[in-house]
Amino acid sequence: MALIGAAGWTVLALARGEHVSAAWMLAAALGSYAIGYRFYARFIATRVLRVDATRATPAERLDNGVDYHPTDRRVLLGHHFAAIAGAGPLVGPVLAAQMGYLPGTIWIIAGVVFAGGVQDMVTLFFSVRRNGRSLGQMARDEIGPFGGAAALVAVFAIMIILLAVLGLVVVNALAGSPWGTFSIGMTIPIALLMGGYLRWLRPGRISEVSLIGIALLILAILGGHWVADSSWAATFTLSPKALTAWMVGYGFVASILPVWTLLAPRDYLSTFMKIGTVALLAVGVLIALPDLKMQAITHFASRGDGPVFAGSLFPFVFITIACGALSGFHALISSGTTPKMIQKETQVRMIGYGAMLMESFVGIMALLAASVLDPGLYLAMNAPAGVIGKTVATASHAVANLGYTITPGQLAAAAHAVQEKTLLSRTGGAPTLAIGLSTILAKAFGGASMKAFWYHFAIMFEALFILTALDAGTRVGRFMLQDTLGNVIKPFKRVSWWPGLVLCSAVVVALWGWFLWSGVKDPLGGVNQLFPLFGIANQLLAAVALAVCTVLLVKSGRLKWAWVTGVPLVWDAAVTLTASWQKVFSGDKKLGFFAQRSTYQDAIAHGKVLAPAKSMGDMHTVVTNSTVDGVLSAVFAVLIVIVLADAARVCVAAVRRPEAHRPQETPYVESRYVAPAGLVATRAERAELAEAGLTSEGGQRRRE
Amino acid sequence: MSGVTAKIRWYVRELTGESAYDRYVERERAAGHQPLSRREFEIRRMKARESDPRQGFRCC
Repeated sequence: MALIGAAGWTVLALARGEHVSAAWMLAAALGSYAIGYRFYARFIATRVLRVDATRATPAERLDNGVDYHPTDRRVLLGHHFAAIAGAGPLVGPVLAAQMGYLPGTIWIIAGVVFAGGVQDMVTLFFSVRRNGRSLGQMARDEIGPFGGAAALVAVFAIMIILLAVLGLVVVNALAGSPWGTFSIGMTIPIALLMGGYLRWLRPGRISEVSLIGIALLILAILGGHWVADSSWAATFTLSPKALTAWMVGYGFVASILPVWTLLAPRDYLSTFMKIGTVALLAVGVLIALPDLKMQAITHFASRGDGPVFAGSLFPFVFITIACGALSGFHALISSGTTPKMIQKETQVRMIGYGAMLMESFVGIMALLAASVLDPGLYLAMNAPAGVIGKTVATASHAVANLGYTITPGQLAAAAHAVQEKTLLSRTGGAPTLAIGLSTILAKAFGGASMKAFWYHFAIMFEALFILTALDAGTRVGRFMLQDTLGNVIKPFKRVSWWPGLVLCSAVVVALWGWFLWSGVKDPLGGVNQLFPLFGIANQLLAAVALAVCTVLLVKSGRLKWAWVTGVPLVWDAAVTLTASWQKVFSGDKKLGFFAQRSTYQDAIAHGKVLAPAKSMGDMHTVVTNSTVDGVLSAVFAVLIVIVLADAARVCVAAVRRPEAHRPQETPYVESRYVAPAGLVATRAERAELAEAGLTSEGGQRRRE
Repeated sequence: MSGVTAKIRWYVRELTGESAYDRYVERERAAGHQPLSRREFEIRRMKARESDPRQGFRCC
């Protein structure tokens, strides 16, 4: 394993000139994961956390068959993976490919081994020791009210920005594409049908209805092709603004409808599609083994003037790729649902660290899919319209100015191959991923004639769970808002109180809707403005999670091991603070929000319109957006500093007077459960299971 | 082959939560209670999910 990994890294690092095969990237990833899991994760589990197989988990102690119940480790791994992996690991790496494939690959792999996997596993462990308390509750209990409040604000802010960014990804993927718009639109009646089936016809038959749903989805993709060639095409050809209005309307209605109508059935579909497509892509990559056409490191990495997002390699690669390397959001899943279902403490390595390695692998495949594209095409698709212009000729010219080549003919042919009118400025990552995916899958299965199908399949796959996320995220945001307002106005606490529910939903949708709308209107391009903000917010949440973990390590007398989460915390804080510093204070108007603001404000004062803005209205949009984005960057930075300072204070106090700062942990209860720790039971574990009269699933000891 | 199919079926039922009802019935019977019908049980589950959207939340 080590040799495979080393060979992969050597080729990636040294190969220049000729194209490198994607196989080396996979080898580097899988080899490193195996070493990280076998040695580092094991070291953390046994030496640092000292997981205790004899200690009963909350699932065993509080088993109520509903939210607390011991779940087979392989099923829980599937649950946890489906919960943590969404559009994030697919979008971030695609955008980061602007700097070449090497920086992204290194960060995704090193990040997951030393930071992301560690965060997920340690958070999971500490939450298991606290009956599955959430990250926010642990921050409040162990750090203090400031840390707790900062965590709450961070979660809410990140939710809003995340939903806006995800919405923008869908808008950019579907604008002017009748095929895509029709097939995504069809997911709504399909979900309603599935919901009705489960409610009235055959309650609870989820696998059955999911099969029907998936068959209908495939029909909807095929039907989209037909619609795009028919007289209905015009009806389904929507502008970005029209799509935005539809999405905001959908988000609002979906979030106030009962769960069984849309959310639950969509969730089944997107989970199956997610796992299925990731597996398909992995197989496709192994069969096709495409060459990477992207350079290892592009000149944008050092100059920081890339069109996809501004800023140089440090810190912006580490901000752009959050999910897949280190994602604060996961701490919400690791503390909450999963810890209430885990059978044994010893399984935190497999579930927490293992699922994160799987997500990292998804990130690697997304980076790979973007890197098999011709860099000229990649830039034409990912640079905003303000840089690229509206025609293949202007795009070809603009790409040449960026230092790459692609002819207008090649651009037109690439769009024609997937039956789209244009691929120019399809920012947001999804279309690029879809092109990469269709190239790989068409090479592996079905040939060139299937390329358009695979492209729209990929778009469907991403849009499906993004729309589900809009619905689910709005509900979570609303819940937080209801809970907070309920402290002041009592009826809000009752989550089913109709006026409160509608009002809070409207507020949440209006917030993300505003960011989405301004992103769509922004002449500078929405994704390159909003995505860094999302990355900063996500890494802020990671800082909260890592700070809670570090404080808990110190408080529980493991000061000498505090570096395990402390080093990733320092790294994460350095990245996030540098990025927000540059976003706030940089004098470069492409990078700094306030520099951008004053440039455009000055121009307005002189009555001038600066390209790429086309009107005074555009100029005012830029000023408003850069002000809001700049203020948010500053707020995020202040929140991080508050959390860090508060955490440091608690750590120092705990080192000085350990007896006064004991962590709150549920008392030891002896476990009667027997279950293996890893995916496959070891020989000793099999013997133990047999002795207890159990199968590989594990369970309560039947024989003493 | 049938062993593999049965394993896949078991995994999918567990992953989707389809098997929750069987588990519930087993529990209620063991406790000597009359279990709810499947329809009522599923309605109750959806209500629980409605009341706390953080359960089953999906990440980015």
